[in-house]
Amino acid sequence: MKKIRLIDIAHGRSGDKGDAANVGVLAYDDKGYEIIKKELTVERVKKHFEGICLGEVERYELPNLRALNFILHNTLGGGGTVSLKHDAQGKTLAAAMLRMELEIEE
Amino acid sequence: MKEKIRIASGQGFWGDLIDAPVWQVTEGDVDYLVMDYLAEVTMSILQKQKNKNPDFGYARDIPQLMERILPTIKEKGIKVITNGGGVNPVACANAVFDVAKKLNISGLKIAVVLGDDIKDRIDEILESGVELNNMETGESIRPYKDKLLSANVYFGAMPIVEALQKGADIVITGRTTDTGLTLAPMIYEFGWDNKNYDLMSAGTIAGHILECGAQSTGGNFLGDWQSVPNFAKIGFPIAEAFPNGDVIITKHESLGGMVTFETVAEQLLYEIGDPKEYITPDCVADFSSIKLEDLGNNRVKVYDVKGFPETEFYKVSASYESGYSAVGNLTYTWPGALTKAKAADKILRERLKNLGLEFDEILTEFVGYDSCHRNLAVHLDEDLINEVVLKIAVRGKDKAAVARFGKEIAPLILTGPPSVTGFAGGRPRPSEVVAYWPALIPKTLVEPEVKLMEI
Repeated sequence: MKKIRLIDIAHGRSGDKGDAANVGVLAYDDKGYEIIKKELTVERVKKHFEGICLGEVERYELPNLRALNFILHNTLGGGGTVSLKHDAQGKTLAAAMLRMELEIEE
Repeated sequence: MKEKIRIASGQGFWGDLIDAPVWQVTEGDVDYLVMDYLAEVTMSILQKQKNKNPDFGYARDIPQLMERILPTIKEKGIKVITNGGGVNPVACANAVFDVAKKLNISGLKIAVVLGDDIKDRIDEILESGVELNNMETGESIRPYKDKLLSANVYFGAMPIVEALQKGADIVITGRTTDTGLTLAPMIYEFGWDNKNYDLMSAGTIAGHILECGAQSTGGNFLGDWQSVPNFAKIGFPIAEAFPNGDVIITKHESLGGMVTFETVAEQLLYEIGDPKEYITPDCVADFSSIKLEDLGNNRVKVYDVKGFPETEFYKVSASYESGYSAVGNLTYTWPGALTKAKAADKILRERLKNLGLEFDEILTEFVGYDSCHRNLAVHLDEDLINEVVLKIAVRGKDKAAVARFGKEIAPLILTGPPSVTGFAGGRPRPSEVVAYWPALIPKTLVEPEVKLMEI
């Protein structure tokens, strides 16, 4: 087994949907997609965003784009113009996701 | 029927690169220029402007832009479609006519799409048994209805199609989906049946790729962003659409940016929910059906898109006043930058408490330390931190309390921890908080109206 970071095998994009953030993760190749599909479970992502995401996490698969889409509920401090947060629209959360460390087979 | 049409994205939001639409019509051939100006709360800002002056209430960038591009689009026969009419599309059209007169351009046809504004119809709608409950919280709109700043229905592509059929050179709408702006010319040019949901979805997905401007051509790209050429003159996306629903995303060769599988795929993931249910007034598009093929040379083919029938509802976007907020920033430096920022925060909070000021929320963040990634950030040893921006924001119903908070920031410089700077631009002032109210309304209750104006 070896340790990698998600940023080594994927890129992403995030944005706001009301008080929820969406975080899309896109693997660079098919092997990477198999890894993220297996490793990025709802539980894992919820734990990763502990203290940021205060609600439920939803997960969707887009094998056609080698991508997963996550909805992080109750994450943006009320969302829109109500939010006082520096990143009120969750624009940097995709980058935060890519910090995740994974153990994969060599 | 044309073999293909080229639809250029000119703006991703109100405030986007001002020159982008000019480049789109001058640096190569396009048939349509589509521009999205409306974010969720933009309508409330425009409504306030219209309340002050009945001739305002639209994106005033539009007449200024038209002054630069009207001769070119007239000469080349490029049609313009925009939702920048805001809450006053007729005034926007008149302002464009004024520009045309100034430039001695005649024979210009502008169509406006009206009927999306339901702010003055709320009581009537409630009486008909439609509750307009908040889609996110389920709450009833009744306690908020007298505080509403704006309430608009999102129309789709069909009113724009009607406008094009009436011969419009320029179509100015109020609240219309971003995707409808791009889908409409495809329906019009190729005579698509709007019950063919695969085609509706193909055009809708092209619209999603175009709606945020350069976000599909290398802007905000989290892949290898350093390989994106010429950000300074980045090319906005162009959708080359074909009658069978195939779309090729590309850009003008002379401009910067890049179009690859990755840049397009990243934009496809932007602000979506369940990828199988991307709901618009025109269809329900299935993002998991999309096939993407990188053809090289800044061309990416989008094809095989599947879709489903539209729902019976329009989405409503309403907004209401919800108190005031203010933000103060101070920068603390080494040594002990974080400790100083935390101490200043504590002092400020104690002073606010002593003053008896109450807020709905006080939020402290340490910008440059961990404000965006919180627990995921690498928390550096204090001695390695060069500087930290203390950012304190408050929100509350009492405007006077929020204003008083603004007066407590600067005093921290002379009455708190040392090596502090960054206070410029005067006291933070209370700004109005506009909250957003999403709801659904049966399509049968709202009728779009298309009006053709001509000089």
